[in-house]
Amino acid sequence: MKIHEYQAKALLSRYGVAVPDGEAVGSPQAAAEAFRRRNVPRAVVKAQIHAGGRGKGTFVENPAQRGVQLVGSPEEAEAAAAAMLGKTLVTLQTGPQGRVVRRLLVEAGCDIRRELYLGLVVDRNRGRPVLIASAEGGVEIEKVAAERPEAIFHEAIDPWAGLRGFQVRKLAKKLGLDAVGEKSAASFLPALVRCFLDQDCSLLEINPTVVTGEGTLLALDAKINFDDNAAYRHPEWSEWRDLNEEEPTEVQAQAAGLSYVKLDGNIGCLVNGAGLAMSTMDLIMLHGGKPANFLDVGGGADVQQVTEAFRILLSDANVRAVLVNIFGGIMRCTTIAQALISAYQSVGFHVPLVVRLEGTEVQAGRELLANSGLRIIAADDLTDAAKKVVAACNAAPSA
Amino acid sequence: MSILVDRETKVLCQGITGKAGRFHTRQCLDYGTQVVGGVTPGKGGTTVEGIPAFDTVEEAVQATGANATMIFVPPPFAAEAVLEAVDAGIGTIVVITEGIPVLDMARVMPSVRAADARMIGPNCPGVITPEACKIGIMPGYIHRRGSIGVISRSGTLTYEAVWQLTRLGLGQSTCVGLGGDPIVGSSFVDLLELFAADSETQGVLLIGEIGGNAEEQAAEYIAQHFSKPVAAFIAGRTAPPGKRMGHAGAVITGGKGTAADKIEALKRAGVVVADSPADMGSAMQRALNARR
Repeated sequence: MKIHEYQAKALLSRYGVAVPDGEAVGSPQAAAEAFRRRNVPRAVVKAQIHAGGRGKGTFVENPAQRGVQLVGSPEEAEAAAAAMLGKTLVTLQTGPQGRVVRRLLVEAGCDIRRELYLGLVVDRNRGRPVLIASAEGGVEIEKVAAERPEAIFHEAIDPWAGLRGFQVRKLAKKLGLDAVGEKSAASFLPALVRCFLDQDCSLLEINPTVVTGEGTLLALDAKINFDDNAAYRHPEWSEWRDLNEEEPTEVQAQAAGLSYVKLDGNIGCLVNGAGLAMSTMDLIMLHGGKPANFLDVGGGADVQQVTEAFRILLSDANVRAVLVNIFGGIMRCTTIAQALISAYQSVGFHVPLVVRLEGTEVQAGRELLANSGLRIIAADDLTDAAKKVVAACNAAPSA
Repeated sequence: MSILVDRETKVLCQGITGKAGRFHTRQCLDYGTQVVGGVTPGKGGTTVEGIPAFDTVEEAVQATGANATMIFVPPPFAAEAVLEAVDAGIGTIVVITEGIPVLDMARVMPSVRAADARMIGPNCPGVITPEACKIGIMPGYIHRRGSIGVISRSGTLTYEAVWQLTRLGLGQSTCVGLGGDPIVGSSFVDLLELFAADSETQGVLLIGEIGGNAEEQAAEYIAQHFSKPVAAFIAGRTAPPGKRMGHAGAVITGGKGTAADKIEALKRAGVVVADSPADMGSAMQRALNARR
């Protein structure tokens, strides 16, 4: 789960991480008010969407407008807010359709001496979190990592203990901080790590972290993603979730216990198991089709889940044929076939459906489908299924 | 021979009184696995599916001599269950539970390593040595005893692969599901080391997916140290970057962990890589034939 920059900064400041003085607003008037309340010569108005690259991003309605703007008066703040709110911001990370801006962060400007990069992720190989730091902040860290890996420093985190004092001193030295900067880092860095660990983050990125005119560290930007598996122990997260930033069908699927990702093809897929679901997409592509989605119904495949899955698949107007690929395993194919038939009938299926079943009682399951009187095309194996669904899709009238 | 588990393995089920724990204990018993006890706090002294339940893992080990465990405990308590198994001296810990917070696994891994225990999973189908011992949720009947080792990050895709092998007459020595989470107890390389030393295993089928670099590490290990024939399939060639594809670990981040990189690395290491998930078994066959 992702949260907005203003939410991430509020959370970080609870842990003692220094952030600029700012507030989130939803109207141009409130933006002007926020500027006045700060009582500063300059402020920054920042569009709040769940995607990076806002400073360089442009608005569909006004290509000259950027998603981050420096302002010098309440009137300028108000005008900037009016130019962004309700408008669609396109950045490198949003895709061409962009995102509608519904909230802004108005922040006091600051004096920037240097820009650093700080990030925390879980390192799979080490099996623990790692703090990543670079003196080259404010730019894409992937680019620095690819071109100059020696400019990036790593410190593995003991998840029981957090960041150690010696690790702070090592990083301070490598980042070229002076005495004031090191003193600031001694509270700033462990606070970041505490937030990451306590809040079950999967990503915490401060890019840039600035060294201010006074020499102290300040989180100028903030990006936090949470580990969805830990939601049960963070009731607050549900308040921070912004459904406007999520694909509605993905939200609907999640509520039904399904794992769904919308793609831009025209063949819907329903599969049990994530690995098999990904492979089914690959298989469709290999045979010249384009998958419309990833959909994992989980280990079981009962009537309620299959019905909900069918509804979600068919709500995508691009879908011209559907492939069901289920490896029954311990579940009987007859049970699955019955679930498919009743789901098919209750959702009013209107595109060709190809079904590939494997597992116990597979013959009986296939016969149930064949004798159902429904327009279900049975496939013998994986390749046969892919060929049949691609053919059915190509034969279907275009939407 | 085989790896990890065999006819002699004595298995506990932690979380035996839950719906999944009870169901799969029955399935494993029917397959012939020596499930010798179950653990659920507060249920000590009762009997589940004909086997005794205990309050603690320590009591269960003392009473039954168990040396392996399968964990079905719900996510909030799963990390604790792993630590309890480690504490009781169990050497093979198979974690089936899906949805455990990743930092919980980061916190228990040092204890698992310090005790020299082997953890498989979490979020995995388990381990099976066909016709000897099944610890997990995989359907037993698709397997045949033989000489192919299978290592996978997936569940149903593994069943698909095993089913293809069995139908081609290629039985399996041991099949291991590593799990779909970002931090898992064992890697491809850990298992390849075991298969290298196992005389029954004549070839290995790897089933990987997008995310992380475990497949690239496997490729490096194979190129340098592994002399048996290897075939592979990588799921997720068509997956878009930045989207989690079901498994918490299956996501391409910062341009890393793509299927193309993994396939390229494996091919360079001499691995036969199947283009289609329908050809996993035949890729294994080709890898074996190339050495004859």
